[in-house]
Amino acid sequence: MIEWSLFAESWPAYLDGLWLTAKLTVLSLIAGLVLAIPLAVLRVSPNRWVSRPVWAYSYFFRGTPMLVQLLLMYYGLGQFEWIQAQWDQGSRFWLVFRDPYGCALVTFALNTGAYTTEVIAGALRAMPHGEIEAARACGMSRLTMLRRILLPGALRRALPAYSNEIIFMLHGTSIASTVTLIDLTGAARNAYSQFFAPFEAFIFAGLIYLGITFALVGLFRVAERRWLAHLQPRKPLRKAA
Amino acid sequence: MTQLTVEDLHKRYGDQEVLKGVSLSAEAGDVITIIGSSGSGKSTFLRCINFLEQPDAGRISVAGEEIRLVPGKDGHLRVADARQLQRLRTRLAMVFQHFNLWAHMTVLENVIEAPVHVLGVPKKEARERAMAYLDKVGISRFRDSYPAHLSGGQQQRVAIARALAMEPAVLLFDEPTSALDPELVGEVLKVMRGLAEEGRTMVVVTHEMGFAREVSSQVMFLHQGLAEESGPPAQVFGQPKSERLRQFLSGNLK
Repeated sequence: MIEWSLFAESWPAYLDGLWLTAKLTVLSLIAGLVLAIPLAVLRVSPNRWVSRPVWAYSYFFRGTPMLVQLLLMYYGLGQFEWIQAQWDQGSRFWLVFRDPYGCALVTFALNTGAYTTEVIAGALRAMPHGEIEAARACGMSRLTMLRRILLPGALRRALPAYSNEIIFMLHGTSIASTVTLIDLTGAARNAYSQFFAPFEAFIFAGLIYLGITFALVGLFRVAERRWLAHLQPRKPLRKAA
Repeated sequence: MTQLTVEDLHKRYGDQEVLKGVSLSAEAGDVITIIGSSGSGKSTFLRCINFLEQPDAGRISVAGEEIRLVPGKDGHLRVADARQLQRLRTRLAMVFQHFNLWAHMTVLENVIEAPVHVLGVPKKEARERAMAYLDKVGISRFRDSYPAHLSGGQQQRVAIARALAMEPAVLLFDEPTSALDPELVGEVLKVMRGLAEEGRTMVVVTHEMGFAREVSSQVMFLHQGLAEESGPPAQVFGQPKSERLRQFLSGNLK
């Protein structure tokens, strides 16, 4: 028996959950990307003192489950008296870590930042050496070369791998529901306990995740056609104007 | 006016000395071709001129300005002032064996990139200049194509237009036709011939003996890191003095 009333009655709650899922996904991806671009540049530095700390960061965040990171952040930090003292003093920075939303956002951003760093660093390493030589030979400074040749080339090349990361993050945000947040998965849990119809509650959420994933895949196909045209087979020449 | 002077250039990789004191001087309008068997050091020599390789000793001047060098910790010379090197590199445009076009940019973007972002030429002017050079190498109708969608010969002509757009004092060619299918070599050599006739100063490392003989004002034969013989092409090809050059020519001029 399908409990149709669940869909009819709880869709506004699902919509609210979806909004939170979208916020968590988009904001953590933006923060993670902003973090990852400079870190990726440091990661490929020949200087070990520069690349090692970045390696350690990405190794930690890729080597542990995001759920464990979130629990550490949300429950773990409060154990330290120094941090409690910061909370009592009303430190705006530290209060972020008492708020489940803040904890989730920071954890997700650091996590996707670590993966994205490796994705971009890999693309930077794959940059053809000849293109770098050509940039040096025409008198580009390191910064110009980074800005005009290396990053534009690498970010394009990273696009297919990064599109996977985006989908992983969309799905990964579902663990926000373990720290009291009512995201899409949280809304499904609530509906389940309200209607005692687990299949309907979770399939509804699942279908929404599926729909967004499909939309993202399509979006990335368009983006790759636009920005990776130079790696694709030649299309017939358009008539020159 | 002297555009490029290289004096007593030395380069070693570990124990192996690949350049044992090579010198060269190019006046405006000179076309100097460097020939020699593979491993003779000719590509290394060319790459040392704009410091894609670090020479161990020697002096290099571009359009009368000497690149300031200081000895580094590892014994190699180091450029004293990175800014000066960057500035002088803009005067020495290089064309590579494997074209080395920037893959994510279209043909036109490749050609205007360095003028706009290194020399600071306004974009509109750079675009006009680029179109003129693309016309000259016969490739302007592909201006919106990506390099990977062009043949090797077309890519190399784009690379030549990219070098010309810098309006350099000297053009350096590092085996520009060696990576091309035989039927595409001609179109690139034709462009290079045209540039020589315009009076551009060029240093060309090549295996194309016909080009060396007909186009260059001076030919240098490198052997085991030394300029074994050099002079006008008629002399180098017509009356080779050394046995090694005779052997090299008999192997290459079938």
